[in-house]
Amino acid sequence: MKISVSLTVNGKPVSAEVESRTLLVEFLRDRLQLTGTHVGCDTAQCGACTVLLDGKPAKSCNVLAVQAQGAAVTTIEGLATDGALHPMQAAFRKNHGLQCGFCTPGMVMAAVGIAGQYKDPTEAQIREALDGNFCRCTGYHNIVKAVKEGLAGMKA
Amino acid sequence: MTDTTTREKPAAAPERAAKPTGPIGSRVERKEDARFLTGAGQYTDDVTLPHQAYASFVRSTHAHARLKAVRTDAARRAPGVLAVYTGADVPATVGGLPCGWLITGTDGKPMKEPKHPILAQGKVRYVGDPVAIVVADTPVQAKEAADLVEVDYEELPSVVDVRDATRKGAPAVHDEAPDNVCYVWALGDKAAVDAAFAKAAHVTTLEFVNNRLIPNAIEPRACNASYSRADDSYTLYVANQNPHVERLLMTAFVLGLPEHKVRVIAPDVGGGFGSKIYLYAEETVCVWASKLVGRPIKWTAERSESFLADAHGRDHVTKAELALDKDGHFLALRVKTSAAMGAYLSTFASCIPTILYATLLAGQYTTPAIHCEVTAVFTNTAPVDAYRGAGRPEATYVVERLVATAAREMKLAQDEIRRRNFIRKFPYATPVALTYDTGDYEACLDGAMKLADAAGFPKRREEAAKRGKLRGLGYSSYIEACGLAPSNVAGALGARAGLFEAGEVRVHPTGKVTVFTGSHSHGQGHETTFAQVVAGRLGISVDDVDVVHGDTGRIPFGMGTYGSRSIAVGGTAIMKAVDKIVAKGRKIAAHLMEVSDADVEFRDGKFTVKGTDKNVPFAQVALTAYVPHNYPLDKLEPGLDETAFYDPTNFTYPAGTHICEVEVDPETGETKIVSFSACDDFGNVINPMIVEGQVHGGVAQGIGQALLEGCVYDRESGQLLTGSYMDYAMPRAADLPSFKVDTRVTPCTHNPLGVKGCGEAGAIGAPAAVINAICEAIGVKDVEMPATSERVWRAARSAKSGR
Repeated sequence: MKISVSLTVNGKPVSAEVESRTLLVEFLRDRLQLTGTHVGCDTAQCGACTVLLDGKPAKSCNVLAVQAQGAAVTTIEGLATDGALHPMQAAFRKNHGLQCGFCTPGMVMAAVGIAGQYKDPTEAQIREALDGNFCRCTGYHNIVKAVKEGLAGMKA
Repeated sequence: MTDTTTREKPAAAPERAAKPTGPIGSRVERKEDARFLTGAGQYTDDVTLPHQAYASFVRSTHAHARLKAVRTDAARRAPGVLAVYTGADVPATVGGLPCGWLITGTDGKPMKEPKHPILAQGKVRYVGDPVAIVVADTPVQAKEAADLVEVDYEELPSVVDVRDATRKGAPAVHDEAPDNVCYVWALGDKAAVDAAFAKAAHVTTLEFVNNRLIPNAIEPRACNASYSRADDSYTLYVANQNPHVERLLMTAFVLGLPEHKVRVIAPDVGGGFGSKIYLYAEETVCVWASKLVGRPIKWTAERSESFLADAHGRDHVTKAELALDKDGHFLALRVKTSAAMGAYLSTFASCIPTILYATLLAGQYTTPAIHCEVTAVFTNTAPVDAYRGAGRPEATYVVERLVATAAREMKLAQDEIRRRNFIRKFPYATPVALTYDTGDYEACLDGAMKLADAAGFPKRREEAAKRGKLRGLGYSSYIEACGLAPSNVAGALGARAGLFEAGEVRVHPTGKVTVFTGSHSHGQGHETTFAQVVAGRLGISVDDVDVVHGDTGRIPFGMGTYGSRSIAVGGTAIMKAVDKIVAKGRKIAAHLMEVSDADVEFRDGKFTVKGTDKNVPFAQVALTAYVPHNYPLDKLEPGLDETAFYDPTNFTYPAGTHICEVEVDPETGETKIVSFSACDDFGNVINPMIVEGQVHGGVAQGIGQALLEGCVYDRESGQLLTGSYMDYAMPRAADLPSFKVDTRVTPCTHNPLGVKGCGEAGAIGAPAAVINAICEAIGVKDVEMPATSERVWRAARSAKSGR
C-alpha cells in the first residue's frame, strides 16, 4: 500500500509516495540518494543508520518513513554549513575518530545528540551515551576524545 | 635468585622517534576524512547502476544435509523475479572456490581439498551454505521470492567442534576426508624437544581453547556485478581487500573468464580485518549470473548473513608445554593444536594455523628447541580463515600464557622471566624457520611497565583488596611476522601466489602527483600515509599527492592488504617508483643545467648542482618531461610516470609488550579493565596519529576476544547460536577503557623506509595480557576465553575452595 509522506530533510521539504513498510533509512538512501546514512545490521544494534529526528538521534532502520511525517530529519549530509564542517565533524577529523568511515555518520549524529543530554559529560557518560553505536576500527578511544572536543566546540 | 644471562644492550638504545621536519613522521590529518565525515564516501552498496537488479541468496538451514530437491517454480513466478539459479544450473566448466596455499602433511601427501562449489551441489555442509540465488527488480522482491524456494533436505548427522570431529565414528563433512582431517603438519625438531624435556627442572603445561570469532566489519559484505555486451566484459564492485587477487582467482580458477575482460573495483570498504580478503561464493555467483540476466546484480549481506557466511577466525584447541631449567631459562616448547577449517577451505585457510602460527612460537625468546604439530579439521561450520592477526594471536597466546604461568609456578617476576629469555643479538635465526632482523624487546617491556606504572601496582592491589576486589597485572610480550612476504620463501612453503606489491607514481605536467597502489585501504588511512611518503621524498605538499587504490582498471597490479603488509611492501613499491622518478628527473635537470647527471643531487624538492645553489625545481622538471622542447629526446623518453614491483627479502618483525590491569569482583565475576598499556616497536612511523589508532583498534578486538566475543554453534544441531548482535557480544564504548600507547623504534633493516607494520599488533598482544591479568587476580591457572563474568566467577570460586 502506498502512502504519501511529507517531511523536511536537511532543511528542504520533501514529499513522496512510499510503501507503508518502507523504512526511513531506505527512503533516505534509495529515494533521496542520501547514501551517507549506512546500514550495518538488521536488529537495530549497530547505530550506523543514526540520524537526527526533530533534533534527537534515532536509528533510521527502526523508523518507518511514514512515521517521519511532518518531522525534520538531519543526516550527515546536512550537518556541515556552507562547506564548513560542524564542530563535531571537525573534532572527529582532528582526533582521528574514524578509520573506515562506515560507522562514522551514525556515530557523529549520535555524538551531536549527546549535547541535548548532558552539559559537560564525563568520559564515562560519553561512553554510556554511545551505547547504541558500534565501531569496529577505533576501539572508541579517539571517538571519545573527539566527542568531548566536539561538544565543547558546539557550545563555542 | 640471581640472573645468569649476559645482557647486551644494542649499540644505540631505541628511543622515541626524533621530531620530524617533513611530512614523514608527522601527525597529518587524514585526506580521506573529508568525504567520510560528510557522507560522501562511496561504499559498494552506495553504487547503483542503470537497470539495477538485486539478489537474495537461499541458504541452508541445516548444518549437514543431502539436497533431495530444490523447487524454484513458485519463486520464478513471483513479482519482479528475473531469474533463479541453483547448483544444478551451474555448468560443469565452473570450478570450485580455490584455496591459495597448499600444505603438505607429515605423511608427505597434499592436504585434502574437497571442491567448494559456488552454489551447493548434492549436499549442504553448514548453516548458511548458499543453495540458490534469486534475482529480482527490487531487493524486497528478491528476498520475498527467496522464501518461496522450497528445498527438500535429508538431514545428516553434523559435527561443529574440532574435538568431536576427530573422534572415531564422527560424521564425515566430506567423503574425501572420512576422518575429517585436512592435514597433519609439523614444524621443528621433535627429538631435540623431547631430549630437552627429559632434563628440564620444571615443565609448565596448559590446555586451552582459542575461541572462534566472527570478524564483524561494520560494513557487511556487498557486491554489484555487471556485464557489458559492447566489449564482452564484466565489472565487479565488491567490498574486498585485494581486488587483483579477487579477479585472478575468480577468472582463472572458477569462472574461466579472460582476466583482462574483468574489472574489479573495491571502492570505499568499511573495515575488513581479514574477512574481505577472500573470494566468496556470493560475488562469484553474481558475476556469473550478470551475463545470463543481462542486468547489473547487486547483493548486500544482511548482518545475519555476515554472521553465517563470512569466514570466521581462530578456533584452536591446544595443548602446550614449556620446559625450563632451574633458573627459568626456556629449554623447549612442545605444542599440539587442532585447528578448525570449517566446511570448506577458504582462500588462505590452510596457511593460518601453520605458516603464520607455528613459525611464531619462538616469540621474543631464545627457546632453543620447538616442535609444533597441527591437525587441520573439517567441521560443519562457516569456513575459518585469517582474522586480524591470523595465526599470530594464537601463537602469542600459547607462548605468553605459558610464560606467565611458568613465572607464577617458579615464583619469578613477570618481567624477570622475560628478561632472562629475551633474544638480544640480531639477526636471530629461530628454531621455527624465521630470521628476526632487528628488535629491542627489553626497551618495549620497560616502556610498557612505565606506562602501566607497574611499580605502583602492589599498592593498588592492596587498596582494591580493602574494597573486596581482586586486581591482577597481566603481561604479553608478542612478536609478529608481517610484511608478507618473500615470494620465493612463501612459494617453497606452499603459497600458490606471489606476495610482492606494485606501485605506480604518475607525475603530471604541473608537478602534481597521482599514486596508484596495489595495497587497499579500508580504514588504515593509506591515502594519507602513502601521500606523506611520496610528498616527503619529492619535497612537495601532501595536498599535491593523491593516492588511488582498489581498482584493477587503474592500477597495474596488486596483492592487496592483509598481514600488516601495506606500508612495508606497498609503501616500498611506491618508494621504488619514486626512486625511478628522481633518477629520470636528475637526467632531465642535468640536461637543463648543462651538467652531467652525476653532478646533480635531489633534495628539498630541487635538483641541484652539487656544491652550488644552481637548481631546477621539481615542478619545472615535470613540465619539461611533458613539454620536451629542450630535452635529450635521443637518450630519454618524454613523460614522468614510473611503476615498480617490490618483493621483500624478509618478513618484518613488529614486537612489543602489552600490560593489562584488571579488577575482578569475586562475588559476581565482573571484570573491569582498569588500564591497558601498549609499548610497540613498529620500526619507523610515518604518521603517529594513524599508528596509534591502529593499536587502539587492535587492542579493542583483542580485549573483545578475551572478555566478550565467542562464536557458538550448537553441538547437537549445528545451528549458529550467536547469529546476531543480540547474541554475539561486540565491544561497545563502555566496555573499554582509554588506552595508553607508546612506541620504541628499531628500524627494519631490509626496506628503505625502515617500517614494519602496525595493523595487527593490538589483536595479537592483548588477549594473553587480559587473561594473564585475570589469572593473576583470582589465582588460577586458566580461564577460558571469552572470560565472561560467569566463567570468572566460577574460576574464582574454585580457586577459593581449593585454597
